[in-house]
Amino acid sequence: MSMAEAIIVTIIVASTPLLLAALGELVAERSGVLNLGVEGMMIMGAVAGFIATYETGQPVVGIVAAILAGMLMASLFAFVTLVLVANQVASGLALTLLGIGFSALIGESYANKPGIKLAQIRIPGLSDIPFIGPIVFGQDPLVYVTIALVIGVSYVMFRTRAGLILRAVGDNHVSAHALGYGVVRVRFLAVLFGGACAGLAGAYLSLVSTSQWLDNMTAGRGWIALALVVFATWLPWRLAIGAVLFGAVGILQFHAQALGIRVPAQFLSALPYLITIVVLVLISGNRMLMRSNTPAMLGQSFVPDR
Amino acid sequence: MLKRLMIATAALSLALGVGAAQAQEKFKVGFVNVGPKTDGGWTQGHWTGVQMLEKELGDKIEVTFLESVPEGPDAERAIEGLVQAGNKLIFTTSFGFMEPTLKVAAKYPDVMFEHATGFKTAPNVTTYNARFYQGRYIIGQIAAKMSKTGTAGYIVSFPIPEVVMGINSFMLGAQSVNPDFKLKIVWINSWMDPAKEGEAAKALFDQGVDIITQHTDSTEPLKIAQERGKLGFGQAHDMYDAAPKAQLTAIVDNWGPYYIARTKAAMDGTWKSQASWDGLAEGTVKMSDYTNMPDDVAAAAKDMQAKITSGEFHPFTGPIYKQDGTEVAADGVVMDDVSLLTMDYYVKGVDGTPGTN
Amino acid sequence: MRIELIRRPERSKAMAWLSPVIAVVLTLVAGALIFAASGIDPLQGLYVYFLEPLTLPFTLSELVVKAIPIIIVAVGLALCYLSNNWNIGAEGQLTVGAIVGSLLPILAPDFQNVLTLPLMLLLGIIGGALYASIPALLKTRFGTNEILTSLMLVYVATYLLDWLVRGPLRDPQGYGFPGSRTFTDFQVMPTLIAGTRVHLGLILVLVAVAGAWFVLRRTITGFAISTLGQAPRAGAFAGFSQKRMTLLVFLISGGLAGLAGIAEVAGPVGKLDVVISPGYGFTAIIVAFLGRLNPVAIVVAGLVLALSYIGGERAQIVLGMSSQTGRVFQGLLLFFVLACDTFILYRVRWVKPVHAAVAARPAE
Repeated sequence: MSMAEAIIVTIIVASTPLLLAALGELVAERSGVLNLGVEGMMIMGAVAGFIATYETGQPVVGIVAAILAGMLMASLFAFVTLVLVANQVASGLALTLLGIGFSALIGESYANKPGIKLAQIRIPGLSDIPFIGPIVFGQDPLVYVTIALVIGVSYVMFRTRAGLILRAVGDNHVSAHALGYGVVRVRFLAVLFGGACAGLAGAYLSLVSTSQWLDNMTAGRGWIALALVVFATWLPWRLAIGAVLFGAVGILQFHAQALGIRVPAQFLSALPYLITIVVLVLISGNRMLMRSNTPAMLGQSFVPDR
Repeated sequence: MLKRLMIATAALSLALGVGAAQAQEKFKVGFVNVGPKTDGGWTQGHWTGVQMLEKELGDKIEVTFLESVPEGPDAERAIEGLVQAGNKLIFTTSFGFMEPTLKVAAKYPDVMFEHATGFKTAPNVTTYNARFYQGRYIIGQIAAKMSKTGTAGYIVSFPIPEVVMGINSFMLGAQSVNPDFKLKIVWINSWMDPAKEGEAAKALFDQGVDIITQHTDSTEPLKIAQERGKLGFGQAHDMYDAAPKAQLTAIVDNWGPYYIARTKAAMDGTWKSQASWDGLAEGTVKMSDYTNMPDDVAAAAKDMQAKITSGEFHPFTGPIYKQDGTEVAADGVVMDDVSLLTMDYYVKGVDGTPGTN
Repeated sequence: MRIELIRRPERSKAMAWLSPVIAVVLTLVAGALIFAASGIDPLQGLYVYFLEPLTLPFTLSELVVKAIPIIIVAVGLALCYLSNNWNIGAEGQLTVGAIVGSLLPILAPDFQNVLTLPLMLLLGIIGGALYASIPALLKTRFGTNEILTSLMLVYVATYLLDWLVRGPLRDPQGYGFPGSRTFTDFQVMPTLIAGTRVHLGLILVLVAVAGAWFVLRRTITGFAISTLGQAPRAGAFAGFSQKRMTLLVFLISGGLAGLAGIAEVAGPVGKLDVVISPGYGFTAIIVAFLGRLNPVAIVVAGLVLALSYIGGERAQIVLGMSSQTGRVFQGLLLFFVLACDTFILYRVRWVKPVHAAVAARPAE
């Protein structure tokens, strides 16, 4: 592999968990729900994925466990915010606290045990094509799952009736309800999808990026995913670009250092958040952009009156 | 006031049926740690030492091992909480606990404190550390012999003297074999972040390095080395099991002997405040088996280890120059401990300046 | 079966008081289950965790120390939330307040007189307020979502602090270790009770709580806050400016967060350090909700949350419990409070499944 190839491969590995978690959150936010508990769902995915893999020796079982763990966390959030119409911001923070604490509790005896890494896919012949081979045909399976998910979400959201309903619910829940759509039901499903994606993203950290479980190992990546959704102005394909950019910032920083270039690490680490604020301001200032993409009901509770 | 409190505590534990009478006869030793005991790195090293301590002194002592105590205002309460719980000897194992340890120590002159890696002592506060730089000199020599590219990668956490000293010792060792040896340094601003450490390791290998070493705690860099068919060194523990084809050797933290000696001293009343800095000779620093290298390289490493252990050789023996050519130690002169413990510059041959900003 | 919410004709007074109590009880029940699962006698666990700290002078004083920053921040947040402004970046404002307030003792270490500490506190308030004005201005000028901007700014502040204490503001005599020089004499918060760490911050808590209570109950501004929060249109009709209110409550809550930050740094921490808060800005959000956004009730809520920290540490010392148990309790408590709060405004009715199926069909 050439250096450029190697760098691209590393960036993909760093970006995938961000993209996965952000994609789930994007769907939830499109339905009008702001779930600040991404970090909590993600870390539960990481610990569940690791434990299940460690106990069964099957990374596939781990991945399923991680998705279920993420969905379980999400359903707790959905029940409190959608059925009991509790405040979404506070519930999201509670979910994060709970996830970080609970994962540490159940993962205590698994910390630092040797895990199993999800094998990379190698297609003989194709994977050996110079430059393109390792990048396009030599990734781990979850990278392809993620790409498929981005395409799938993009398609469903803009090309199907289900997507139309999802967006309608997120843009005006009163009208959507008047039209006969089950607002709470749609949102519940969207939040569950978000939990599944966050759980998977967590498993990526404990089964692909590394093969171990450690307290707090998501290290704030869930918050970056949240920023990413805004950065992408709620559009899936922009999310992919954003994830690669955010991932690249971290990787290229190490390369710059190895080359002897001094980089203010803290500035680079803060950059995604700063850029996100700028993007937020830009889309808020531009009426057209904002109207077409930002879910107008983001963070607002809905109680069907009968 | 204090006495009344102690009685109250004892009465409470009696009421709870903890068995206060039995507990009171035991000598209570407390440990305050910044990470979980399963971190696979620094805190686990202390935990291993504590297990040796418990094995040696068994039912004569009662150990409380506090994990994940954040550095900052909470640390002071954790330390004082141990005092309140009747601990007579308290080890605080992270640099960030220095000020809290001193504050609590001033309040309780009868309790003995030991603070790891700090530089401030008091009549009832000892500082202790280990001469890890001795091991780093040895692995520097091994790296220079094993590297085909003549370049090693070094993953580091924070630009504190301990870390800078380690980089310099590694480089002096490497230069003693290959004067033109090169080092690529990557700071990750964390003691432990497996994903980040792995990314840093990949970046270094992609940049043409074929051996890496680290001053961060996870096994991830070594695992990446094994994946890439490259080599590396274990940190704090023997990490052979994580990467049997990549680990050349590991610098192992072995606090057990120190903890046993100090606890015994505290129990029989011979404990005195000191600044202790043990190394290979005392067994606080150990080298794990030399693997994945030719016999002659292993033999030379063992030879150097023996020389440092016996005191025949000191890694920081002059001539040593700073990057700009200033002489810090003349030919044959050994640098004193204070200069080592306050080291904030790189030796000649290392590029860049310590720090990330 | 399906749950349906029926809006009550008016707020249930009884539920408003009962809800936090029910939430605490549910948390205790969950706690007992967690203890049992960890192989610890649930009663002993609950005793060590939640009661014993209230019986010992040492833990009692530490409880107060821990609650000081949390309550100060939460009081400011309550004003924000009451007026329907969602500042969730108090942690960042706390951090910037600590930085700005610390500039005086770090850059002018010899400026030592009775004015030193008051100036530091003032600088802390200004720093926090200015930092909070960013999301407020972005909201009033561009309509930018303040939840997202204030949250993003938390991380920016954390990295700023990290850079400063490892770089420009690092103690020149600190051998390269991160952290500023240690504050001394007139630069530190005086201790109120000898032998403990209870400091001047306790007075600041009382002032902040009394001030917020007075503003809410006795001033036009307070009336405007609750009117704009509950019925924005009616508020606008009464001539209250939504934009000015946003700016005002952000400045107040940011200023209080900044005050809490500098009080921590000049108090228990003793210097500008890498870690100055274990997330007080976020804990305060829980406290604001647990305290029903009522300044006086927030004091009680703050003490309850402080207990969850102190009790967690006691449980680690006495029972060998994981240090992360406290977080689980905090998360559960907040969930229970939020869930119970629903019953202040709503009654719950169980609906037959047939009905539910019909209602849900159009979503397919």
